[in-house]
Amino acid sequence: MSKSNEWPLWEVFIRSKQGLNHKHVGNLRATDAAMAIDNARDVYTRRQEGVSIWVVESVNVAASSPSESGALFEPANDKIYRHPTFYDIPDEIGHM
Amino acid sequence: MSEELEQLFQEKIDQDIKIEPKDWMPERYRKTLIRQMSQHAHSEIVGMLPEGNWITRAPSLRRKVALLAKVQDEAGHGLYLYSAVETLGADREDTIDDLHTGKAKYSSIFNYPTISWADIGAIGWLVDGAAIVNQVALQRTSYGPYARAMIRICKEESFHQRQGYEITMTLAKGSPEQKEMAQEALNRWWWPSLMMFGPPDDESPNTAQSIRWRVKRHTNDQLRQEFIDMTVPQAEYLGLTIPDPDLKWNEEKGMYDFGEIDWEEFWHVVKGNGPCNKDRIKARKAAKDNGEWVREAANAHAEKKRQQENKVA
Repeated sequence: MSKSNEWPLWEVFIRSKQGLNHKHVGNLRATDAAMAIDNARDVYTRRQEGVSIWVVESVNVAASSPSESGALFEPANDKIYRHPTFYDIPDEIGHM
Repeated sequence: MSEELEQLFQEKIDQDIKIEPKDWMPERYRKTLIRQMSQHAHSEIVGMLPEGNWITRAPSLRRKVALLAKVQDEAGHGLYLYSAVETLGADREDTIDDLHTGKAKYSSIFNYPTISWADIGAIGWLVDGAAIVNQVALQRTSYGPYARAMIRICKEESFHQRQGYEITMTLAKGSPEQKEMAQEALNRWWWPSLMMFGPPDDESPNTAQSIRWRVKRHTNDQLRQEFIDMTVPQAEYLGLTIPDPDLKWNEEKGMYDFGEIDWEEFWHVVKGNGPCNKDRIKARKAAKDNGEWVREAANAHAEKKRQQENKVA
């Protein structure tokens, strides 16, 4: 198959059971969304791994870049006051 | 600049931080992974052929559904791995074509024929057994997508080995002729299974770098030894004899000593002269060529549907 005809790539998300999030499990190639769901059924749920499938064409996923990760995530490092253990509560109070 | 990046990269590896697709990586790391992972993917795909040979002749419905499910799993494993190779920037169609032109290798074991039903038992027990030892180790490989594919594959692979052992056990406990079939299959597959772990460490020039990058976590010889120590008692339980007169327990080392592997045979098969090399590639090429019109039709159908939807909108 010539490259221009290569089927597009789809990201696959599976909900493993009711009450849980859809979780990214991998990707596959398919001509359209319906085929992507059919193929995802065969490739990613052969052992009852799922009750629901989402597929998103990979070109539509916007992602942060590893080079930005400092600017994005480091500001959280020194904000320990966002965690419960930052606050002193007397033992007599018990669990809070 | 690049030296600094390489040092940061190695520090991450040393701290067991996984490398993900968009992270900086040395070009040699990328190339090593593309080579190793695509070989692995091709092995899953070519591995369907020797077993597919027996689907229509499986001795019972129970054996047939199990073998069908196993072969389908191998296809799935190939797909997980081709996806993971793509994350390294390798084009999927090029990767597959490299198999067909002989540029890329696959596990030599699949160049041996499956001449009796007992071979299906031996493949599940020994070949999948060896693959599991290798793949369990690779679950901790440094490249994230490869490690994740391995975790998924290992979960599915354990049924493969169990169904193979069960087939072999049924034959080993059957009539004398059936037991003989099981023994002959063990004789055929034992040495090629040991060769699956690759050349000995002192002849494996890339091992040291792969270990440093934590692409590999153990050497070929370590994994081979692990497989032998695990498998010998399983053969004893079946009353079958491993075809190696030098095989014996070494009390001092706490492991089995074993005989010389015929590396000449290994290289002979790797270089394309095994019993089935040509048939395997021919079958894979035919599958791609004969499926071409289906893939094109699917593209045309999707395009037509898109146009219809646009019209309605």
